[in-house]
Amino acid sequence: MSGKPVIQVRDLTLEYKLKSGWTPAIRDISLTVYEGQIHGLVGESGSGKSTLALGLMRYMAANARITAGTILFDGQDITHLPQNELRKLWGKHISLVPQDALAALNPSLKIGQQIAEIVRLHEGISSAEAHARAVEMLNQVRIPDPEQVSRRYAHQISGGQQQRVTIAMALIARPKLLILDEPTTSLDVTTQASIIELVRDLMRERNAAALYVSHDLGVVAQLCDHVTVLYGGEVMATAPVVPLFTRPIHPYTISLLASLPRHTQATETRLRTIEGAAPALDMRTTGCAFAARCPAALDKCHAARPPLEDVGEGPDRYVRCHRWREIADGTLVIETAPGQTQGDSAPLPGHVLKAHDLNKTFNVSGMFELLTEKERTGVRALNDVSISIRARSTLGVVGESGSGKTTLARAIIGLEPADDGTIDLMNQAISLNLNGRTRDELRQMQMIFQNPNDSLNPYRTVGDALARTIKRLSPDLTRDAVRARVLSLLEAVRLTPDYANRFPNELSGGEKQRVGIARAFAAQPSLVIADEPTSALDVSVQAVILNLLKDLRAREGVSYLFISHDLRAVSYLADWIVVMYLGQIVEVGDADQVYALPSHPYTEALLSALPTPDPTVNHMPIVLEGDPPSPRNLPTGCPFHTRCPRKIGKICETDAPPWQDAGGDHAIRCHIPADELLAIQSKGAP
Amino acid sequence: MTGFLIRRIGLLVITLLITSAVIFLLTQVLPGDTARLVLGRDARPEAIAQFRAENGLDLPLPMQYVNWLTRFVTGDWGTAFTVGNAPIRPLVLERLGNSLKLAIMTGLFSVPISILLGVIAGLRENKRTDVIISVFTLSVVGLPEFVTGLILINTLALGLDWFPTASSPPGADILDWFRQLTLPALSATFVLMAYIVRMTRAGVVDELKKPYVRTAALKGLSYRTVIVRHVLRNALLPTITVIALSFGWMVGGLIVIENVFNYPGLGRLMTGAVERKDLPLLQASVMMVIFFFASANLIADLLYGLLNPRIRLE
Ligand code: SF4
Ligand code: SF4
Repeated sequence: MSGKPVIQVRDLTLEYKLKSGWTPAIRDISLTVYEGQIHGLVGESGSGKSTLALGLMRYMAANARITAGTILFDGQDITHLPQNELRKLWGKHISLVPQDALAALNPSLKIGQQIAEIVRLHEGISSAEAHARAVEMLNQVRIPDPEQVSRRYAHQISGGQQQRVTIAMALIARPKLLILDEPTTSLDVTTQASIIELVRDLMRERNAAALYVSHDLGVVAQLCDHVTVLYGGEVMATAPVVPLFTRPIHPYTISLLASLPRHTQATETRLRTIEGAAPALDMRTTGCAFAARCPAALDKCHAARPPLEDVGEGPDRYVRCHRWREIADGTLVIETAPGQTQGDSAPLPGHVLKAHDLNKTFNVSGMFELLTEKERTGVRALNDVSISIRARSTLGVVGESGSGKTTLARAIIGLEPADDGTIDLMNQAISLNLNGRTRDELRQMQMIFQNPNDSLNPYRTVGDALARTIKRLSPDLTRDAVRARVLSLLEAVRLTPDYANRFPNELSGGEKQRVGIARAFAAQPSLVIADEPTSALDVSVQAVILNLLKDLRAREGVSYLFISHDLRAVSYLADWIVVMYLGQIVEVGDADQVYALPSHPYTEALLSALPTPDPTVNHMPIVLEGDPPSPRNLPTGCPFHTRCPRKIGKICETDAPPWQDAGGDHAIRCHIPADELLAIQSKGAP
Repeated sequence: MTGFLIRRIGLLVITLLITSAVIFLLTQVLPGDTARLVLGRDARPEAIAQFRAENGLDLPLPMQYVNWLTRFVTGDWGTAFTVGNAPIRPLVLERLGNSLKLAIMTGLFSVPISILLGVIAGLRENKRTDVIISVFTLSVVGLPEFVTGLILINTLALGLDWFPTASSPPGADILDWFRQLTLPALSATFVLMAYIVRMTRAGVVDELKKPYVRTAALKGLSYRTVIVRHVLRNALLPTITVIALSFGWMVGGLIVIENVFNYPGLGRLMTGAVERKDLPLLQASVMMVIFFFASANLIADLLYGLLNPRIRLE
């Protein structure tokens, strides 16, 4: 890197005081970020990435301390700088863009004030001047009508705008170092794309240094110049972005990249996964932090911690592995090719579920609202939605927040019954309402939740919970038979029998989700509805769960309704996909069709917004203007016309678009005919 | 905002209507016959009948209620059966004024000190200062008002002779306010303090955990600024509501303290009216108490909405 180093961390160790005593959260971390560089910090939960990001600003929890190493900021040693000196750096020279923007903004101070107070403090300018600066800064982060927005409160603007405000706050004093702590994690894909573009442009313009903390390898590949990979509180590898992604030499990096879900042609493929879970803070061993899960681990890996070694490829590539030389010269190959699932898993003829013209409008109700609302506006969450799911297949439902995908899941399971429409389960019409369904109909449909905690009773062992479900559905089973069923369910979700005696708080997130899955399968359902089952999990664990779902589909012959905002996860698992926008289906087709052109303009944007985990691919997302309209106030005509980059004219605003046949069962709801769509989309982004 | 205000005032009127009906009914079921009570046990039946007719006591209950309400709303509160048949309105209003004076004085004492203690306790959560404050406020609230009242009288009034043993309503002179009202206000403060302190402490503890506090600190702002500018404005919201509510409560609720200090407030007037079964007087004073309590509720809500932008524009 050409510029001068802005922050240099050398052998930093930071400890937390836990019940068991002082325990290192991050160990021997070294890392340098240069002027004009965006440095990615990648790691899963528990890797210590947030501790490091905040620790190098010297912002630490009360029970944390630095026990070794130095932090040099702009040449100055700040490892033990007193608080009052640190305050002169914070906000002025080093600033943070936090993760959850809404929570990070003060709810009762106007946005303009929150930005202006930074320059008032550090530059001592008048409040009028500071306000003008704040408005100008809002303009730079591309917020429309900045003067207006500066007089609003955080909850009055959209999530994307909130995140822009935090960026404006972080940049207003022109800091030398910007730390971004997962700034796009809670945002929709299309919003994420525009925020990433903004960060890239602003950093380029200002020549500042940035540390970008993320678990999303796609974002890091597209945005960062240099990447450091953390695992178990240690640096596993650090390298410029291209070699790190194209020639990874650390087994963890290699496996992580291999485990990313992607669109595959055949239904039988399985992702390579990293088995096991990251070690807890106080469970770390003396050997290599990754040894317990490493496919290449040797005895010495468990015994001795490998040093961070210079790979000798330019000044900035280091790796911590005993076997990196073997990997680099090709004598050791870590298997990354996708494997095969056992058994036959192509869809069977016939349909498990057909839902026809489901509609759902949420009325603002409740005593208080009735008294206080002037006019009651309904939220149209589902608008003539029809789906059908074939036997032993997966229907993927894709959409961003507000698309109605979760409402659809809840309407089908009957928790929030649709207002009208029909649902056929195994070719039999069933009641829209949960209470109107027979026991057997209820058993046939099971649900896996996004957050497994929601469905696990913390005071009941895993075995107990499963046994109860089994008992409830088949009350005549003997104790031994129930026990046998519990063990076979655990085995099906790859948990050893001793898990039956564990309580939920003794499980990792991935293990809890497996128990959630086992519970759904205990009923021997024919349809499992999974609402974002992997989005609360780490990348490496996600792949394990996705594989498991795939295996279970083959083994048990179930079908899935798989709901996700993650197009990659959906495409990995689903053979049939529907794309939803503002309560309507805008495109349907099999997975290959939806991924290929022509696409509905919204799908096109959605797909293009997905950052590719390959830095050599020049990624040009279609950035959608503005925010999605409120579902209370749906646009007329085509619901996407307010943001559609392919909009053809007035007709999009006035007439609801027809379904266009795009060949096979592929259909797109748009005014542009499919062949024209194909022609313009083949020419490239709008 | 105006829509919100109108709806809330509408709600207030409905509340008052309902409670007035309830009060009216309740006063009817009090044991004893009013006419006999007023005219004496030996009154002749004709006199009683005449009294009932004059006072509308022979009409059906709903009619009595409507009559009473119309008169009340138009300002004709009638005369009391007791206290020398005094006109009710001036009497109640005078007592109300006295009660308000005491409430104001109590607010002056209790609010600053309670908030200060609450904020300190919250900032030092679970540290020694916090524990001391909690123990102190809780033990003070545990003491009944007549005990604290008597202690205050015995020490500061009888012992040191700084204050009178019985308080009378002060005039326009500030010094007189302090002289007359310090002791009862202190007693009431002891009752309120623990509540306000706990509320404030909880608010501060909750807010300190929120991510925006870290944002503020990482702007480089001093600890003081972070607390005063960022934390307190959110942490004190629930406290402000509690204070407004307590104000409403004090108008009719300081009965014990008014008795201990022999202070002519609305609370005492009300209990006296109950004892003597002076229905018109009781109805009027209870209506006033309810009116103030409900208004305090409304004001608490409005304040909360005004200070909390998350509510304001929804
Ligand atoms: S040191 Fe051993 S266990 Fe650790 S990553 Fe390298 S090969 Fe795997
Ligand atoms: S109908 Fe018009 S606005 Fe809607 S997607 Fe097609 S081109 Fe875009």
